[in-house]
Parts: sequence; structure tokens; C-alpha cells
Amino acid sequence: MIHKFKLSGMNIVLDVNSGGVHIIDDLTYDMLDNVEPPFDENCPEAVIKKLSKLYPAEEIVECYNEIKELYEDQILFSEDDYEKYALTSVASPIKSMCLHVSHDCNLRCEYCFASTGDFGGGRMLMDIETGKKAIDFLMKMSANRQTLELDFFGGEPLMNFDVVKQIVAYAREEEKKYDKHIRFTITTNGMLLTEDKMDFINEEMSNVVLSIDGRKEINDRMRKRVDGTGSYDRIIENFKKFVPMRGDKDYYVRGTYTKYNLDFSNDVMHLFDEGFEQISVEPVMAESSKPYAITDGDLPKIFKEYEILAEKISKIRAEGKFINFFHFMLDLDQGPCAIKRLKGCGCGNEYVAVSPDGDIYPCHQFVGIEKFKMGNVNDGSFNYDIKDDFARAHVYTKPDCVKCWAKFYCSGGCNANNYLYAGDIHNSYKISCEIQKKRLECAIMLKAVQLMDTAE
Amino acid sequence: MKHIKTINKADLKASAAKGGCGKCQASCQSACKTSCTVANQKCERKA
Ligand code: SF4
Ligand code: SF4
Ligand code: SF4
Repeated sequence: MIHKFKLSGMNIVLDVNSGGVHIIDDLTYDMLDNVEPPFDENCPEAVIKKLSKLYPAEEIVECYNEIKELYEDQILFSEDDYEKYALTSVASPIKSMCLHVSHDCNLRCEYCFASTGDFGGGRMLMDIETGKKAIDFLMKMSANRQTLELDFFGGEPLMNFDVVKQIVAYAREEEKKYDKHIRFTITTNGMLLTEDKMDFINEEMSNVVLSIDGRKEINDRMRKRVDGTGSYDRIIENFKKFVPMRGDKDYYVRGTYTKYNLDFSNDVMHLFDEGFEQISVEPVMAESSKPYAITDGDLPKIFKEYEILAEKISKIRAEGKFINFFHFMLDLDQGPCAIKRLKGCGCGNEYVAVSPDGDIYPCHQFVGIEKFKMGNVNDGSFNYDIKDDFARAHVYTKPDCVKCWAKFYCSGGCNANNYLYAGDIHNSYKISCEIQKKRLECAIMLKAVQLMDTAE
Repeated sequence: MKHIKTINKADLKASAAKGGCGKCQASCQSACKTSCTVANQKCERKA
């Protein structure tokens, strides 16, 4: 399978199964519409005849031979022989956990998937006993894995920060006993980010996700305080203070774009201008009936916007400055192995979420959906059948994904979105797919620009 | 080559043979998380 596209004045072809990326001329671009394996020794007359209206015959033959050579090298039209690896993840250890320490929030963001913080289950904070049990669960279920991940999530986790601190202290003791190491991360809306919390987070957490949507008017339209006023002024100030204090530790500012700001490249640029270099701005996921939801009709505008964003980023880099937009990050050479790529997020199998009362779910987005409840850390119950179902949800069990050129970059999409908006974890959610594929094209293009520069 | 320029190693196949150790970070792609799409992840298998 191949996928070719034109972007920013370049013709690019991706060989899906080898991961090969090739920059091609117009002739090759057109020829690829006319040839496929098995390849004849010589360029077929029909192909020469068809293309000779536009290109000289000897060039056509030359180009055909190049395509054939790449095919023989298995970096163009290469075979898909990965399915045999698809089940290697069944029965894998659980090594990542999302800990919902607070089902309460001090903001009332309109688009919040957690129903303004409580996940539909009433406002609640996790107590330390449940937190400890969750750590015990992770220590046990991670079997021989040494490096574990634990994300403090909410609602707003800073509303239960004392418990966060106690959990970290407990986990630091436990990890020694088990000879493991936990990488902590935290996601916050920034409202309660005081200096002592910043210090603690910088000491203990390897990554922080700082939620802000971009321009003040955009942010404040969705991210409101309980009294209806905007959150921008408070959080931008806190984030601007916090990020330099992180030193070389990771952070992201992340925003959500909606139908109200389909010109979101301006929000990315706003965040960049405010001094942030690690930026993620992503589409809202919502029922199509919501006024801010992204619908099919918005896609052309969104595609254009990603192209504009890619151009802007290119320009910034050409000036020798650094910016990282999360969804354009792509490593064409040293990225994850093919096995990881066909498994994706690992939710429900390698990754689980734990609610304030200790219930275990496949991931943070499934929290509160009764039929996906896997067990509880307090009573030790755990449903391995659900784990198994999720382990078997990979690219090769998702009908749309098997046929999709983006499968080894997207890895079958988000199971939660698939369930919520397409009815089943195996069904792809079309709007996400289209956006994902566009982002990938932009990412491959940006990478191609970079690699061309270094090659020359 | 004159018409085609390959810009990467294209070694996804080789990665499968040696891969799958599961040491790398989980990779949520949804909008509410650090959203490592899988493709931008780091492999953590050492040699
Ligand atoms: S650490 Fe590397 S080899 Fe191991 S599963 Fe992850 S990507 Fe594959
Ligand atoms: S979820 Fe969509 S974009 Fe991703 S691999 Fe499946 S079909 Fe392709
Ligand atoms: S199902 Fe979606 S939200 Fe849940 S971990 Fe996977 S990518 Fe993230």
C-alpha cells in the first residue's frame, strides 16, 4: 500500500508497510496512478503511451525502472506482514495509570468530557487510602516492567493536592521495594498553581500538561470560572511563571479548538508568542448536536488551517527558532517499532484509569461508563475479560484501519472516541480519521523539508 | 535516482523483528492528554 500527496510544493509518497518516505517528481507522481506490482521487466507500452502526452518516452522508462528498483528493495509497494505480531500484547502487564484524584473542578469548561469535572458521578475527591491501593495495584499488575507511568488527572488534580503529595511519597517508598521507577505527570488548568505546588511538581513530575486554549477571547469563551468569567488572565500568568521554572523538564501547553476557532493556527501562534515552545492544540470531541462541535462541513477549513500552521512553523524554524507542535512531531527513522504501532494507546490492557472511589476503567475517557468498569482497587476485583477485549483491539481488528494508509502512525485511533461517537471501540470515527490523516501529511511534509535540508 | 529521492531508512519491517518489548510510554491520542500519537513516541529499548 502506498499513499501519495502534494503539499507545500512537494510531491511525497509514503510506503505504508516499510515506512519509506520518498520525494518524487511530477512524472513519478503520475506514473504511480498507472503502475503497481507485479512489475514487468520493461515499462508497459500502454503506460508509455498514456504518459507520453506529458513526458518524454525515455524519461518515462527511466522513472519506471526507478519505481521497480524501489519495489525490489521493498521500500515501495512493500508487503504487509505484520498481522502475525498483533496478538503479542495479550496478557501484557499494566504499566500506566491515570489517577483521577479529583472529580471536581474549579472551572466550567463548556466542552469538558468529564461533565465539568465530576464525570457524571457527583463531585468527589480521592482519599489517600484509595490512592495507596491504586499504587499497590500498579506495582502488582506491572509484573516485570520497571518503568511505570502515573498521571494525576481530574477534574482538577490541584484541588486535591495534599493527597497527590501523599501518593507520591507512598509510591516513592513502594517503587524501591519493587525495584521500579514511576514517572509522574500531572494535567492542570492552572488556576491553583501556586509557587509551592510548582516546586513540588518540578521536583517530582517528569511532564506537566497545562491547559489553555490560546487567545484570550478564545480561551475565555469556553474555559470559564464557576461565576462565568474567563480564566485566561489567571492561568497565563501562572503558566508563564511556571514554565521557565521547569528547566529542562518536559511540559506542554495544550488547548482545544472548536467550531468557534477554526483559525486555530492563530492560537498556536499566540501561545508561541507568549513564550511557550511545546504546544498542543487539538480538536474538540463532542456530540455533533453541540454548537461548538466540529462537523463534516468544517473539515476543508480545518485542513487548510493545518497547512497554514505547517507553513508558519516552517517559517519559525527557518529563522532558527524552536517550536514543537505536538501533532506534527514525527520520527521517520527512530520511531516506535511496528508492533507498538499496531497496538496504539494500550488502553484497558497496558493502561488503566482509576476513579476517586477506586473503580478501574480502561482509560480516563471510559471513566463512569458502567459497562467498561473493570474492577476496584479497594476490593481487589479485576475483570480480565475486558482487558483481553482491549488487548485484541488493534489495527488488524478494526476494519477501516486495516485498509488505511495512516495505520502505523495513528494506530487505530482512540478507542474511547470510537465507542462514544462511532458506537464501538473497533469502529473508526470519521472526523477524527480525516483530521488525523491531514495532520500526518503535514507532519511528513515538515519532516521531509528538514531531511532534505540535511541531505543537501 | 533522478526521479525519486528516498529520505529515510524505511526500516519498519526490521523494527518488528526486534520490537514489541513494551517498555515505551503509553500513548494516548485523545485531546485531553499529553496525546502522544504513537508515531511521535520514543522507543526505549536499549540496543
Ligand atoms: S520500547 Fe521500542 S521496541 Fe519496545 S515496544 Fe516500545 S517501540 Fe517497540
Ligand atoms: S482510526 Fe482512522 S485514521 Fe486511524 S488508522 Fe483507523 S481508519 Fe486510519
Ligand atoms: S482510548 Fe483514547 S482516550 Fe483512552 S487512552 Fe486510548 S487514545 Fe487515549
